[in-house]
Amino acid sequence: MMKALRNQKVRGILFQLLTVIGLVAFLWYIGANTVANIEQRGIKTGFEFLEGTAGFGIDESPIAYSESDTHGRVFLVGLSNTLIIGFVGIVLSTILGLIIGVLRLSNNWLVRKLAAAYIDIFRNIPILLQILFWYNVVLKSLPSPRQSLEFIGGIFINNRGLYIPQPELNITTISVILSFLLVFVIIFFVNRWAKKRQEETGQDFPVLLVALGLFVILPILAYVFSGANFNFEYPALKGFNFSGGKAISPEFLALTFALTIYTATFIAEAVRSGIEAVSKGQKEAAASLALSNYQALKLVILPQAIRIAIPPTINQYLNLVKNSSLATAIGYPEIVTVFAGTSLNQVGQAIEIIAITMLVYLTISLVVSAILNWFNHKMKIKER
Amino acid sequence: MAVYKQKEVRPAPASTKGAIHWLKDNLFSTPLNVAMTVVSLAFLFWVIPPFIQWAYTDANFAGTTRADCSGDGACWVFIKMKLDMFMYGFYPSEEIWRLNLSFFLFFGLVAIFKWSKNIKIKFAAFNIYLLIATILFIGGIFGLEFVPTDKWGGLMLTIAVAAVGIICSFPIGIIVAFGRASELPIIRSVCITYVEFIRGVPLITILFMSSIILPLFFPEGMTFDKLLRALIGITLFQAAYVAEIIRGGLQSIPKGQYEAADAVGLSYWQKMLLVILPQALKVAIPNLVGAFISLFQDTTLVLIIGLFDLLAMVRITAADSSWLGMETEGYVFVTIVFWAFCYGMSRYSISLEKRFDTNLK
Amino acid sequence: MTKFVKLSIAALALVGMSATAGTLEDTKKQGFVKCGIDGGLPGFSEVVSGGVYKGIDVDGCRAIAAAVLGDASKVKYVSLNAKERLAALQSGEIDVLVRNTTWTQTRDTSLGLNFAGVNYYDGQGFMVRKDLGVKSAKELAGASVCIQTGTTTELNVADYFRANGMEYKAVAYDTNDQVVQSYENGRCDVLTSDASQLYGLRTKLKDKENHIVLPEIISKEPLGPVVRQGDDAWFNIVKWTFNAMVAAEEAGITSENADAMLKSDNPTVKRILGVEGKMGANLGLNADFAYQIVKQVGNYGEVFERNVGVNTPLNIERGLNALWTKGGLQYSPPFR
Repeated sequence: MMKALRNQKVRGILFQLLTVIGLVAFLWYIGANTVANIEQRGIKTGFEFLEGTAGFGIDESPIAYSESDTHGRVFLVGLSNTLIIGFVGIVLSTILGLIIGVLRLSNNWLVRKLAAAYIDIFRNIPILLQILFWYNVVLKSLPSPRQSLEFIGGIFINNRGLYIPQPELNITTISVILSFLLVFVIIFFVNRWAKKRQEETGQDFPVLLVALGLFVILPILAYVFSGANFNFEYPALKGFNFSGGKAISPEFLALTFALTIYTATFIAEAVRSGIEAVSKGQKEAAASLALSNYQALKLVILPQAIRIAIPPTINQYLNLVKNSSLATAIGYPEIVTVFAGTSLNQVGQAIEIIAITMLVYLTISLVVSAILNWFNHKMKIKER
Repeated sequence: MAVYKQKEVRPAPASTKGAIHWLKDNLFSTPLNVAMTVVSLAFLFWVIPPFIQWAYTDANFAGTTRADCSGDGACWVFIKMKLDMFMYGFYPSEEIWRLNLSFFLFFGLVAIFKWSKNIKIKFAAFNIYLLIATILFIGGIFGLEFVPTDKWGGLMLTIAVAAVGIICSFPIGIIVAFGRASELPIIRSVCITYVEFIRGVPLITILFMSSIILPLFFPEGMTFDKLLRALIGITLFQAAYVAEIIRGGLQSIPKGQYEAADAVGLSYWQKMLLVILPQALKVAIPNLVGAFISLFQDTTLVLIIGLFDLLAMVRITAADSSWLGMETEGYVFVTIVFWAFCYGMSRYSISLEKRFDTNLK
Repeated sequence: MTKFVKLSIAALALVGMSATAGTLEDTKKQGFVKCGIDGGLPGFSEVVSGGVYKGIDVDGCRAIAAAVLGDASKVKYVSLNAKERLAALQSGEIDVLVRNTTWTQTRDTSLGLNFAGVNYYDGQGFMVRKDLGVKSAKELAGASVCIQTGTTTELNVADYFRANGMEYKAVAYDTNDQVVQSYENGRCDVLTSDASQLYGLRTKLKDKENHIVLPEIISKEPLGPVVRQGDDAWFNIVKWTFNAMVAAEEAGITSENADAMLKSDNPTVKRILGVEGKMGANLGLNADFAYQIVKQVGNYGEVFERNVGVNTPLNIERGLNALWTKGGLQYSPPFR
């Protein structure tokens, strides 16, 4: 018996068996308690509540929603708002993070120090504090709708949010949007062709210039040839508030602002460490091959820097999505606010609702780590 | 005979020292640089003077009531009068000396850590300090009045939550990291599930879970204190991150170390605790400090489940009818406090990184 | 491993373990009443200096403590937001919830709760800025409305606007403080809540005079103490604690004359104060439980006037909350 215990394999199996027994016992204990508690307190179970009428209003919803819709619909509203804030936050924080990261390495002393100060200041302030600050302190200083600040082009800002003219969904608008998509497709193919040509003949093709040119020219052409009529709907003061145009709520603005500023500090650091990690020898080697600065950046430095910078950046994207749940403090109707908040309150089925909410975030994070794994695999240095 | 013509004397290379050249090199080297410098200066000019004017020149420092504030600049009187609330929450005022005492004892602990080289003394001092601080905070024995946790608040609660989170998550994180690196498939998958689950969801959902669902898990009559529930949630959350960082440290340990430990005949726990873990921790320490900084920032989330941390105190005190409209001052004050803590810790982590920079490769 | 064991022991020490004998026995054993309140609502339950709570709901908790333990100060207050309050009661974190909670059919039946009475008859109203020039809630079409989430309020407001064919924008937050702050910052035109709360919240605004409460009351909000289902003895205690306060007012017993009233010849007064009959024993309490309530906390009228009445900043008339003999709804079944 003792001899068997000394055998590493036997001990391993025994140890695991104990873990499983312990785990099952624990889960069974809390499961039994939960069932008993639910029964005793008369709490409903199951997912029928998703079909029950919600009965409360939601201020901003990307999909059609009214008070008579179901809690299931509330879930969809919350989910789409989470995805919207995640998408907008990721795009903006990437842009800001890239700019700050590059400025951080600028040869201009003042700019370099300012970028460093920006990073040091904002990454050391809790994100919830930043959200509340932008929401409560900045909102307070904005004027009421009747005294709105007006900017050129019919843009208004007041303590109810930002109001911008919205183009009508007519032929002009659609063709301009399509033209942008077209530019992306063209650039994709031009890039492939240019790469191939470069490999075969060594001749370089100015893809970047062509792309920038296309971005300007094609949409203008599309605009002119499709009637040149966006037919903007302008916001106008009506009753208590502005109507018409596109309204962006202060909750959304504050949340986006805070998430962008906070996350950008981490992305900037990732960008900086990525660029700095490329060894000096690589730059010197590129120079000795007579590559121009631009070529060295595009062909030697960036491909290596990106490999280092992207994984932490993607992790920050995930953090941004998770941090968007703090919207509940300022009432932006994303999933934690409306579903794990208001719906939970009306229905009282905490276990089901919080499980669903967690599942949403888990799914997002699994998708993101799948992307990350794919990227790491693709970017692995192919040693020959 | 060759005739040499004397070449003209070349001018000495331009001086590269001095303020002017520094300015030229660093601020005005190219047109783009000049433009960026100008924009930066304009930005600084736009931000800093108004802030100084608000926070210092026009601000009011003296006085005891709202009426003592002129209203142009910041009203720091508010912070001064509410400082006790910000620091100690609703802690009974005649018991506040206990919090201050634990604070000063902390310096004693730091001194012992600086002075002593013996790890056992350090460990003992640390545990004794924890015991004393816990007794001082909670009370209920040695004639100290019991202070229920609903009286806790302000910076003291923030620090207590962060400290408990850090200290408790550490052993759990180490065990989970071992489990994840273990060769036993069931234990490994249990640990992986735990870590990936926690890291995949926002802290706020875990706090909701621990504050709303946790009570359902236990038989009726067995209730947890509201603060304790938050602490359980935060510890479980933080442990997953600590585990992940320590796993990173474990992975950086060369295989030879494991083999060497096995070769000397150490048991699994001896091998892990005496050989592997000390080296892994050394690698992991900067990242651990980073994780603790985020934990410190994340403690603000407890306000969403109704605990009164430092940030929540701003909201309460600003709702006081005799101090209405002071939230800006409150937010600025709390921002400075949090920033100072987090920045200090991040500097410390950089210095640790330099100190522990032993190249293992 | 030993560290882990130590930790779990320490954690268990903080866990309040108690047998499930019954709330009354548990309360007597632990020596205090676990009472859930709001904690941030002027007049109902708010912190006055030094962490002391005050308000009509707080007095409800104190009355229960006086009845059960003979000492009104033996209360452990747990401040809860609208979202957590019912869960806290269900889980046993608190034993009674006196947090202006509306008595609804759903809550009384399917959530496993029992409402033990009504300590304040309320209704939902609207507050707006004077300079908007709005005189009636019917003029609020298109307005942005600030609401505290997790309450019946947001359902009522949806129903009201829908019934009147008006559009509105709901801006919901989970704490009253944020609701008030956003309303003050101008995020919304209207603040809606129970009328009593509107008066309370108005005292938290910077320029109180510039806000008016509109005349429309759009809902019935009977607010009362709540207990868990399944413990009838405790349910009765809470119910009759509140009844005793109303009955005492009706019988003219106040905290000042309670001692003198002990010698009264009036049989009703005698029964209420426990000089005669077995009212206390029926509940498993001391005979003088109602005397302790009135002596230490006061009768319903005193509690009302002290916390929300016309001489307080809230300045609320008795209205629906007058005794039934004076045209109100406060009515206690007889002490007999």
